[in-house]
Amino acid sequence: MTSTASSAPASPAPKTGRNEVLYFAFRNTKLVIGACVFTLFLLGAIFGPMLATHEPLTFDAPPGLPPSADYWFGTTLFGQDVFSQFVHGLRSSFIVGALGGITAAVIGMLVGFFAGYRGGLVDEVLNMLTNVVLVIPTFAVLLVVAAYLSVRGLGTEAMFIGLTSWPWAARAIRAQTFSLTSRDFVGMARLNGESTFRIIFGEIAPNMSSYLVMTFILLFGGAILTAATLDFIGLGPTDSISLGLMMNYSVMNAALQLGMWWWFVPPGLAITSIVGSLYVMNVGLDEVFNPKLRAL
Amino acid sequence: MLRYLARKLFIYLLTFIVAVTIDWAIPRFMPGNPVDALVSRIALMPDANAALTSYFIAAFNFDQPLWQQYLNFWWALFNGDLGRSIMLFPTPVTTLIGRALPYTLGLLLPSILLSWYVGNVIGALAARRKFLDNSVLPFGYLLTATPYMWLGILLAWVLGSTLGWFPLAFGYDQSLKAEWSWQFFGSLLYHWVLPFASLFMVALGGWAIGMRNMIIYELESDYANYLMALGAPQRLVRKYAFRNAMLPQITGLALQLGAVVGGALVTEIVFSYPGLGWLVLSGIQNQDYFVIQGVFLFIIVGVLLANLIVDIVYVIVDPRTRVGLQGDAA
Repeated sequence: MTSTASSAPASPAPKTGRNEVLYFAFRNTKLVIGACVFTLFLLGAIFGPMLATHEPLTFDAPPGLPPSADYWFGTTLFGQDVFSQFVHGLRSSFIVGALGGITAAVIGMLVGFFAGYRGGLVDEVLNMLTNVVLVIPTFAVLLVVAAYLSVRGLGTEAMFIGLTSWPWAARAIRAQTFSLTSRDFVGMARLNGESTFRIIFGEIAPNMSSYLVMTFILLFGGAILTAATLDFIGLGPTDSISLGLMMNYSVMNAALQLGMWWWFVPPGLAITSIVGSLYVMNVGLDEVFNPKLRAL
Repeated sequence: MLRYLARKLFIYLLTFIVAVTIDWAIPRFMPGNPVDALVSRIALMPDANAALTSYFIAAFNFDQPLWQQYLNFWWALFNGDLGRSIMLFPTPVTTLIGRALPYTLGLLLPSILLSWYVGNVIGALAARRKFLDNSVLPFGYLLTATPYMWLGILLAWVLGSTLGWFPLAFGYDQSLKAEWSWQFFGSLLYHWVLPFASLFMVALGGWAIGMRNMIIYELESDYANYLMALGAPQRLVRKYAFRNAMLPQITGLALQLGAVVGGALVTEIVFSYPGLGWLVLSGIQNQDYFVIQGVFLFIIVGVLLANLIVDIVYVIVDPRTRVGLQGDAA
């Protein structure tokens, strides 16, 4: 999504193939605004930690300072640099979002493709599995799992989020696959004796690639939100800082009563902006890929 | 219709069994031994040590074969035994949950139902009305992207801390005794406003957007075009579109329940509200595994029951499920 934003074609006139998509992509304000906000925070996550002059978790600053030239986002009640925590937390959020999103997308795609293409008993079993995971309040499951893990890393957190957030994606992909399977080109591939694997990833998947991209974007945003919630409840990574943990520390240490807004406003604002930009980008992409929705 | 409900019931039963199995398996198959951790922790509390240690050994039954442990777990569950709390030993976990439950339900039920209703109305109004649409849509996306706790924090900060209009924490005024009096009731209500408002607002955006999209889709469908071609008034067409657009929103309500419960837990933590979320937090801080597991089971049962209710409502609202035309659509 960022690559489309950076590789700008000079002349937005051509009308065929990929260029047509790019042409509409750049005229879509939703997509452009969403991509800009997302890229801004992504750059902050990549380069921010290099700019930070203090370590995120060391207590080497005067406590409780409002934002100033020395401490851009102020300091916490214990004398930690909020800006440094913020940019490191931003990095954690993107890592969890990407890993969790990829895990969920891979499971959702595998389940959805095979259930939709194979049908019959495979479909019945996979559908049952999807329904069960869909009904279980996954947040409660994550709660119990995380509580029993005494050492938690970003990777494990992302993996567990991915393992519980795939069902709706699987369902949507199954429905799409189901409708594509009855098309002629899939029948031709079958007659040619191509393997199931090749048909799914060579014939079916490319024909719903835009749909898959949009599914991934939503899973990415969902993983960031879930991770923030888990972190806030005190079950986040034990070895690093995250945006949810920052909010947890600030609320637990009376930042609200003391009015230390610089401690709890930036992390929440960042999560809202990132996830919001993803949602808006998704709507924009939908309009770009789906000619019916294009506002000309 | 019976087939439809029976199928749903089967899925819920299966889900319940899976959830209980997860609840049973996690302490036993996770790396690290929870009993060791617990015993080393209670070594700091010498008076309770002996009673607790023997309780843990009895509670986990590690000396018995696995299948026996599994059966014991189910047996205890059917007897309403979720174990005893460690932080407040020997209070049964069910008592703690029973104490916290009214607060959580008091937040959840009104906020879920009201946000669903208001969101649907706003979304239906916004569809195909340029001016409203342009404000509802971005605002709705902003709200759905907001983490539950952050909106709670902002409300607490602005309306509670800065302006001082509402209390910042607790379920009622701590100087009052919990009793059936108007004063206590008033205090309860006063402390309820902010957590309720934040839960209500976060959920609102998603419903409005969903309804807007559904209405637009329905207004483009054949029956709407046909009605329009017959010269039916705009109001009538919209009424039919609204009824049809309601159906996916009802299913969506069931799917959202789990997320909303999670949101309620963290909102309670922001406001130190004495519901299940606060119980879970103190359980986590004190490594009180039985409390966490008990709350987990309670949430599962609650969400499954709510799903069942939604299904029954769906059968009442959608006649197609009754005659078995599209029973599996939901």
